[in-house]
Amino acid sequence: MALLEVKDLHVEIDGREILKGLDLEVQSGEVHAIMGPNGSGKSTLAYVLAGKEEYRPTVGEVRFDGRNLFEMEPDERAAAGLFLAFQYPLEIPGVATMTFLRTALNAQRKKRGEAELSTPDFIKKVRETSGKLGIDQEMLRRAVNVGFSGGEKKRNEILQMALLQPRLAVLDETDSGLDIDALKIVADGVNRLRAPDRSFVVITHYQRLLNYIVPDVVHVLSRGRIVKTGGKELALELEARGYAEY
Amino acid sequence: MNAEVAVIKTAAETALAQTFAQARDRLPGDDATMARRTAAFDVFAKQGLPHRRIEEWKYTDLRALMRDAKPLASPPDASAKARAKDAGRVLGDLDARRLVFVDGAFVPELSDLREMEAGLVVSSLALALTEGDPVVAARLGKLAPANDAAVALNTALMGDGAVIRVASGATIERPLHLLFVVSDKPAAIFTRSLVTIDRGARVMLIESHEGPAASDYQVNAALELFAGDSAHVDHVKVIGDGPEALHVSTLAAATGAHARFNTFSFINGGALVRNQLFLRLDGEGTVAGIRGASLLKNRQHADTTLFADHIARDCQSREMFKSVLDNEAHGVFQGRIIVRRHAQKTDAKMMTQALLLSERAEADNKPELEIFADDVQCGHGATAGALDEELKFYLMARGIPPVEAEAMLIQAFLGEAIEGIEHAGLREALIESVAAWLGARE
Repeated sequence: MALLEVKDLHVEIDGREILKGLDLEVQSGEVHAIMGPNGSGKSTLAYVLAGKEEYRPTVGEVRFDGRNLFEMEPDERAAAGLFLAFQYPLEIPGVATMTFLRTALNAQRKKRGEAELSTPDFIKKVRETSGKLGIDQEMLRRAVNVGFSGGEKKRNEILQMALLQPRLAVLDETDSGLDIDALKIVADGVNRLRAPDRSFVVITHYQRLLNYIVPDVVHVLSRGRIVKTGGKELALELEARGYAEY
Repeated sequence: MNAEVAVIKTAAETALAQTFAQARDRLPGDDATMARRTAAFDVFAKQGLPHRRIEEWKYTDLRALMRDAKPLASPPDASAKARAKDAGRVLGDLDARRLVFVDGAFVPELSDLREMEAGLVVSSLALALTEGDPVVAARLGKLAPANDAAVALNTALMGDGAVIRVASGATIERPLHLLFVVSDKPAAIFTRSLVTIDRGARVMLIESHEGPAASDYQVNAALELFAGDSAHVDHVKVIGDGPEALHVSTLAAATGAHARFNTFSFINGGALVRNQLFLRLDGEGTVAGIRGASLLKNRQHADTTLFADHIARDCQSREMFKSVLDNEAHGVFQGRIIVRRHAQKTDAKMMTQALLLSERAEADNKPELEIFADDVQCGHGATAGALDEELKFYLMARGIPPVEAEAMLIQAFLGEAIEGIEHAGLREALIESVAAWLGARE
């Protein structure tokens, strides 16, 4: 059974149909890249998987680990192991990063019937993980993403992913706004999490990220549908020829 | 001397006149005090209860809203005092010196009067008035605006309250907690307190109000506070009255030069609350913070009205009020900053924010700036809105359930105001109160 099965998915927002019959199958342990021009529906796919209300599925179904994804609320999907790394991570003034991380982790563990992590254990885990991502301890004491640069916000998304240990991580244009050094740190973080029981859907406009996060499968998303699927060479072809023919 | 005023009196106004006529001779104080009371009641009688055509009361028409005036509370008996033993839990296990007032009367046996710090003198107003204390007589009424109807009623009918003096240079480490508790009978309670903090002294003063749930008792509390040059005063008022109660309270403060003054009002009780704050910045170079947080639900109505008067130059004032309104609650904020002609280099910033959790909640914000000096920095902002659904989604996408996500965002919203309180233990206690309020939603 595939970890993620998307069948003939149609999604609309504000009365406009963006995804027009998208099919996708991701097995456990695989890294899929989804590339496409602006407006093709990349972020729509990311948001509808995460459960953002405005993105309404009208036709088709999505099965996550065998379960009907659309019957689950966003927080239930997270507890079931879905993680979305936002393209534009939000600032949450007044909510300390550590508090946010601990609340999220324990909320998910509780839903899964697991014991909550004790505070000392949690702090230790955060220190190790954030250290590897080059995130300053001082930043973790501040409010979530407040005063963070674009690169720091993206690294914070990866930190959260590393702590929450998802089954399926969807990275929505994680490379946008990053310079090479930041890109490498983010890619390292993702690669450290690759595992046989974990899958990634890396949504990106540019091929460059895929030099660092090497995909098993590459899809081209155009006008709301996946129009071509191939191996990692497909990314290089797109880099050379662009999206015009799609 | 008393002009005949042909005004139709409401039931409450008539009852108040009767109450005053009957109680006047029994209320504490000498002849001078009685004259002061009578003059104050005349001021009230001429105006009647404030109504919506008086600009400062436009959102809180007390004349229409007050259906009756309760009889004055009688002195607390043993069972009333017993009920007060459990009071003050809003502060958790904060170590403070408690001065307990039950039904408006000071109860020494429930209060902590041992080992008074050097420089701290505490007494009851009733005693001070009865003994004709000249200092009290001289200072009483100097700050609270005499022509305000609520203040006038308070002056006329005041029964007891705290008289506190902190001597020059004294630092009182342990906070003072004025705990006002109402017992079961639906009565009217008028308390007046006088606090004088002399030059260079430092003190933290907590004032809390609470009472039973099923009683429509009425509280009119006033506190006049003088902060001398270089004094450092922190004042926190918790209006946690029962959900049927009427609470009108006035803080009137004046600061000397180079002082630090902070006041914080936390409102989460009462059916109808009017919280008036008058601050006079008399001396130069003072830094003042006037902040508050309100949590209102069902059909609660809370009106915070403040006047900050920059008389001296080089003073800084910061006003920040946050309110969270659920169901059909109604929150009002009126903030007026006046910068007088010689108050150059004034730095005054006022911000009020309302978070509406329901479509039927209402927030009214009226900021006013009157600036007569020409070298100042003044600004004000007012916002009202609902919870940010994008932020809520971000939290939910990380696994935080919707009720908890809303609670986190509401705590974060109020946090900005609450972190203005210097005392960590008190901040914690108020955050706990917010958590309890959130836990009781729906």
